[in-house]
Amino acid sequence: MLHVGLHHFLVVSSILFSLGLYAIVTRKNAILVLMGVELVLNAANINFVAFARYGDFGASGQLNALFVIVLAAAEAAIALAIVINLYKHFSHVNIDEADNLKE
Amino acid sequence: MEGMPILSLITFLPVLGMVIILLLPSRNEAGIKYTALGITLLQVILAVMMLSGFNYNLPGVTDESTFQFVEKFRWIEIQEVSWLGTVKVDYFLGVDGISMPMVLLTAIVSLIAVISSWKIPKAIKGFFALFLLLDTGMMGVFVALDLFLFYIFWELMLLPMYFLIGIWGGPRKEYAAIKFFIYTLLGSVFILLVMIGLYFSATETLADGSKVFTFNIIELANQANYNSDGILSPFNPQNWRYIAYIALFVGFAIKIPMFPFHTWLPDAHVEAPTPISVILAGVLLKMGTYGILRIAFPVFPEVTRELMWYIALFGMINIIYGAFVALSQKDFKKLIAYSSVSHMGYVLLGMASLTSTGINGAILQMFNHGTITAMLFLIVGVIYDRAHTRGIDDFGGLATKLPVYTGFVTVAFFAAIGLPGLSGFVSEALVFVGAFSVESIRVVTVISTLGILLGAAYMLWTLQRIFFGKFNEKWEGLTDIDSREMAMFIPLTIIIIFLGVYPSAMIDIMNTSVSALAEFMNSAGNNLLGGM
Amino acid sequence: MSHPDIINISIAILFLPLLGFVSVIFLSKKISKMYIVETVILGLTLALSIYIGFQKLFVLKGEEIVFAFNWLDYDNLTIELGIKIDNLTVIMLFVVNLISFLVHVYSIEYMRGDKRYNRYFAYLGLFTFSMLGIVLTHNLLMMYIFWELVGLSSYLLIGFWFEKDSAANAGKKAFLVNRVGDIGMFLGILILFTTYGTFTFDTIFAQIGEGIMPFGSFEWLGIAGFLVFLGAVGKSAQFPLHVWLPDAMEGPTPVSALIHAATMVAAGVYLIVRIFGLLTADALLYIAIIGAVTSFVAATIAVTQNDIKKVLAYSTVSQLGYMVMSLGIGAYAFAFFHLVTHAFFKASLFLGSGSVIHSMHHEQDIRFMGGLKDKMPITFWTFVISTAALCGIPFTSGFLSKDGILAGAFAFGNLTGHWIIPVLGFAVAFLTAFYMSRLVILTFFGKPRDQHKYDHAHENPKLMTVPLMVLATLSIFVWFSFNPFDSSSGAFLGEWVKTPTQAFAEGSYEYSQTGMQTVHEELTPQLFEEEIHHAHYPAMFLSLGLTGIAVFLAFMIYYREKISADNLESRFKGIHTFSLNKWYIDELYHATAIKGTMVLSRMLFWFDKYIIDGIVNGSAYVTRFVSYLSKLFDTFVVDGLVNFSAFITGFFGASLRRVQTGKVQTYIVYVVFSIIIILVLI
Repeated sequence: MLHVGLHHFLVVSSILFSLGLYAIVTRKNAILVLMGVELVLNAANINFVAFARYGDFGASGQLNALFVIVLAAAEAAIALAIVINLYKHFSHVNIDEADNLKE
Repeated sequence: MEGMPILSLITFLPVLGMVIILLLPSRNEAGIKYTALGITLLQVILAVMMLSGFNYNLPGVTDESTFQFVEKFRWIEIQEVSWLGTVKVDYFLGVDGISMPMVLLTAIVSLIAVISSWKIPKAIKGFFALFLLLDTGMMGVFVALDLFLFYIFWELMLLPMYFLIGIWGGPRKEYAAIKFFIYTLLGSVFILLVMIGLYFSATETLADGSKVFTFNIIELANQANYNSDGILSPFNPQNWRYIAYIALFVGFAIKIPMFPFHTWLPDAHVEAPTPISVILAGVLLKMGTYGILRIAFPVFPEVTRELMWYIALFGMINIIYGAFVALSQKDFKKLIAYSSVSHMGYVLLGMASLTSTGINGAILQMFNHGTITAMLFLIVGVIYDRAHTRGIDDFGGLATKLPVYTGFVTVAFFAAIGLPGLSGFVSEALVFVGAFSVESIRVVTVISTLGILLGAAYMLWTLQRIFFGKFNEKWEGLTDIDSREMAMFIPLTIIIIFLGVYPSAMIDIMNTSVSALAEFMNSAGNNLLGGM
Repeated sequence: MSHPDIINISIAILFLPLLGFVSVIFLSKKISKMYIVETVILGLTLALSIYIGFQKLFVLKGEEIVFAFNWLDYDNLTIELGIKIDNLTVIMLFVVNLISFLVHVYSIEYMRGDKRYNRYFAYLGLFTFSMLGIVLTHNLLMMYIFWELVGLSSYLLIGFWFEKDSAANAGKKAFLVNRVGDIGMFLGILILFTTYGTFTFDTIFAQIGEGIMPFGSFEWLGIAGFLVFLGAVGKSAQFPLHVWLPDAMEGPTPVSALIHAATMVAAGVYLIVRIFGLLTADALLYIAIIGAVTSFVAATIAVTQNDIKKVLAYSTVSQLGYMVMSLGIGAYAFAFFHLVTHAFFKASLFLGSGSVIHSMHHEQDIRFMGGLKDKMPITFWTFVISTAALCGIPFTSGFLSKDGILAGAFAFGNLTGHWIIPVLGFAVAFLTAFYMSRLVILTFFGKPRDQHKYDHAHENPKLMTVPLMVLATLSIFVWFSFNPFDSSSGAFLGEWVKTPTQAFAEGSYEYSQTGMQTVHEELTPQLFEEEIHHAHYPAMFLSLGLTGIAVFLAFMIYYREKISADNLESRFKGIHTFSLNKWYIDELYHATAIKGTMVLSRMLFWFDKYIIDGIVNGSAYVTRFVSYLSKLFDTFVVDGLVNFSAFITGFFGASLRRVQTGKVQTYIVYVVFSIIIILVLI
C-alpha cells in the first residue's frame, strides 16, 4: 500500500500553485485571473494543513487555512464587485485594455 | 534728560517717521510732507538739546569713559562658536567733540533738504520714506562707536540713496545711481575686510576678566589690546597694517571723494534731485572724512604718521585738480560738484597735518562745507526749477530780475571763495595754519594755496555768466524766490555768517577732542614707530 | 579823555558804516530815502574821527592805545584781534572818513536816478567799514580779513553797473588779480605766524628784535616780508599786478575817486607802513625797484591815453609807485605824507573828472572835450589846483610830499649807487607834469571839439561842487606846513609821523637788524636823514625844472599847437602804439596766464572725463564683458554638463520605460523568474 506522506501533499499543492500562477499570468479575462488567485490560495491552504499535520505546530496551520478561506471569500467578493464595475465601464473584462490610469 | 536714550532717539526717529509715512495713504501728500518735516524738525531740536547738555571738556576719542550720551549694551552674543570663542557685538552709541558737529550738521541739512523736497513731482510717499531711512543711516554712522554697528549704518545709508537717485533723478539716473552704488560698495568691501582683520587681531577684556574679540572702535585704538600674532597687530612683524590702512583709507576716500576716486560724484550730483544733492554734498561726503578721523587715525596712528605726506598730497591734488576741472564746466551743478571735490581737499590737508589746529580746521571745514555746499546746491535747484536748464551760458543778467536770489547767491559764492567774515574763511585759514606749521607737508601746503585763487576764479566767472551782463530776454518770466525757498536759505546764511564772525561757537565743541586726538596720534604714533 | 573812551569811539567809527550797510540793504525796499541815512552816518563817523584825531594828536600825543581780545583761544592756538590807535591811525581815519563822506555827498547828485541808488550807498558803507578795519587793525590777520572785505566791496562797486559786460569783467579782474597778491600775503602771514605764534605787529617786531627769525634764517624774514608786501602789490596796483586798476574805472566815478584813487589803493602803502619793521634791506630794495618801475611804466602809459579816467587811473598807479618806492628806499615819513596829500588831490581830480563827465552826458574821451573852463569854472579851478598838486608845483601839498620823495630817491642813489631809482623817479616827475598838462589843456582849454555836447555842458549843483572845493583847499600847502618849501617844519612831519627808526629807538627793537645797515654798513638811518637834507635843494630844483619843461612842452603841443601832436605821434609810432596799448601787458597775461589756466583746465577736464572716468567706466565694461564670458561658459559648459547628465538619465529612463508596462501580470512574470534565478543562484 502506497504510503501517503508529506511530500505528496506538497507536490499536489505545487502543481495547484503553478496552475494558478499560470492562469494569473496568462489569462486576459479578469474572472479567469481571479480563479487563478483562488487556486494559488488553495495551494497555500493545502500546504498549511499538510505542515500542520506532519509538523509540530499544534492547530495553527488549520487556523491559518480557515483564515485564508475567509480572506479568499472577502477578496472574491470585492474583486468580483470590481470586475462587475469594470464590465459596466468598458463592456468587457479584459485587464490588458483597462489601462486608463497609465496615462 | 538724564537716562533718556537721546542718541537712539535721534537716530531712529526717522525710522518711526518712515513707518508713519508708510501707514498714511499715498494721496495724503500734505500729511506725508508734514510728517517728514516734523520728524526732521524734532531731530534738530534733539540735536540742540544734545548740544545744551554736551560737556565741552570731555575729550572722548580714545577714552571710553569720556564719551557722552553713551548707550551700550550687548546686542549679539553667541557663546562658544567653534574656535572663535564668544562672538559679541555691542549696540554702542556715543558722541564726542568730533562727532557732535556732524550730528548737528546732519540734523540741520536733513531739515533743509526736506523743505527743499516740497515740490518733488512723483511718488511722494516713497521718496519721503526712503529719505527718512537715509537720515537714520547717516545719523547712525556719526554716533556708532562699534565698528560692526558703524558698518551696518554705513550700508543702510547706501540703499535708499540708490533708489533716491535712481527713481527721482535726471535723464541718466540709472547710470549715475548704479555708479554711485557700486563705487561705494567697493569702498565698503575694503572697509569690511579691514574690519574683520581688526576683529581677529584685538581683544577686549570683559567685566568678568575674560578676553573676547572686539569690534569696539575705542578698544581697537588701544594698542595694548592687540595679540602679538593678530594679523593687524602692531606687534606683528609682517606689516599687514600698511595694506590694511590703505584699504581702509581708500574705502573712506571713495566717499570723500578723493582723487582719483571722485568721478561718481559729478554724475551722482548732476542726476540726483536737488534735496538729494544737498544731502549728498552736505552730509554724505563728510562720512568719508569722519570715518578716517574716527577709525583710520586712532586705530593706525603710526601708519598715519608715516603716510601723512601722501594724505596731504592727495589733499593738494583734490584742491587744485577739482578747481581746475570746475573752471571748465558748463553745467552749473557739475561745477558745484567739482568745487566740492576741491573743498574736501582742504579737509584732507588739515587732517594730514595731525596738529590740533589743522584737525580743528578740517572738522570746521567739514561743517562749513556742509552748509555752504548745501546752499550752493539749493541755489542750483532754485534756478533749475524755474528755467529747467543748468547750462551756465544759457543765462545772463539775472541779477536784475532776481535781486533777492542774487543776494543769497553772492553770500554763498563768497563763502565758498573763503571771504573773511563768512565761515569758509575760518576753516580754510585754520587748515592752512595747521598744515603750514608741519615742516614735512609745508611745500604741499604752499602749492595748495593756489586753490584760493582758482576757487575765486571759477566762482566769480560763474557769478558773472549767470547773473551779470546783458539780461537774456528768454528769462523774462522768471520769478524771484518765494517764502519757502527763503526758509531754506535764511538759516544757512545765518549759520554761514555766524560761524564766520564767531567760529569759537563750533571750535569750542570739538577742540578738547581734537587736541586729545592730535596728542594721541603723536604719542601713540611715536611709541609704535619707536618700538618697531 | 581816557583811553577806553577813545577805544569805544574808534569801535563806533568802525561799525557805524557797517550798520549803515545792513540797514540800507534791508530797509531800502520800504524806505526810498535810505541813502540819506547812510550819508548822515558817514557824517557822524567823520565828526567822531575828527574828535579822536584831535584828542590823539594834540592831547595824548605819543601814546599808543591798544585794545585787543582773543578771537580764538585754545591750548596751542591763540588768535588775537584788536585795534591800535597811533598817529598814523587817526590821520588815516580822518582821510578815509572825510573822502568817504564827501563822496557820499557828491554821489547824491551824481548817481541820482540810478535804479539801484540806495544799494550804491549801501556798498559805499560796506567799503568804508572794510577800509576803516584796515586802518585800525593792530595785527596781520585782521588786516587780511578787512583786506579781503575791501576787495569784496571794490568788486561790488566796480561791477555796480553789472549789465555792462565790461563792468562785470572789470570787477572780476580786480578781485582775481588782487587774489594773486593776496596768496603771497597769506603765505607771508603763515610764515610769520608759524614762527612767532601771533599776528600782532608789535609782538612780531619785538620778537624780531630779540633775534628770532623764521626758520632760523635772516633771509626767510626778508622773504616773509616780501610775501606780505605782495598783498600790497595787488591792492596798490604795483607792477606787474597793476592791470586791474585802469579797468576798475568801469565803476561809477565817485567810486573811482574814493576807492581807486584815495583810499583802497592806498591800503597797500599803509600795509607796508605797518609792516615796515619786518622788512629787511633786501626786501626793501626789491620793493623800491618795483615801486620805481611801476611808477615809470604807468606814467608812460598815461601820456597817450584818451579816456579822462584812464589818464587819472594810470597817474594813480604811478603815484602809488612813488609811495612804494619811497618806502623801499626808507623815506617812510614822506611816503605816508604823500599818501595823505595824494588822497586829497587825486580824489579832487577824480571828482572833477566826474563833474565833467556828468555834464557832458557821460562822455569820457578828452578828444571830444575842450573849452570847458568857462562853462564849468568851479570844476576847472579845483581841477587845476589839484593838477598843480599832482605835478608838484610849489605852494601845493603835492609839492611838499613829492619833493621829499624825490630828495629821498636822490639821497638813496647817492648813498647806495642804485641810481636807477632816482632816474626813474625824476623821469616820472617829468612825464606826470606832461600828461596832466595835456589832460587839463585838452579838457578845459581851446575850442570845443564836440559842439553838441559842449552846448549841454553846465556847472553842476552845489552837492557836487562843494566836495570839490573842500578837496582842492586841502591840496594847498598850509595844512601841512606853513613853510611852502620845507615840509619838515610842519606838524605833520615834524611831530606826528616819524620813521620807525626813531620811533623804535627806545624800545627793544633794533633797526640795525633789519634796516639797510646790514647791507650797506656805512648807511645808517641818521646818515640817510642827513643826506635827504642835503639832497633837498638839488632835487627840488631838478624836479621843478623838469616840471617846467614838461608843462611848457604840453602847452606848445596842445594849446599853441606849435608842435603837431599828430606829427610826433607818427614819428614815434612804435613807442606811441606801445604806450597806447599799455605795454601789451594785458595781452601778455591773456595769452599766458589766462589762456594757460583755461587750457590746463580743459585738459584736466578731458583727463577727468576720459581717463579717470574712462578707467571707472572701463572697469565696469570689463566687468560686464567678463560677466558675458562667464554667461557663455555658464550656458555652454556648466549648464551643458548639467543638461548632459539629465540627457543621459533621460535616455536610460526612456529605454527602461519599455520594461514598465503597467501590467501586473508582466511584473508577476518578472517576479517569478527573478525568484527562480535567485533560487538557482543560491
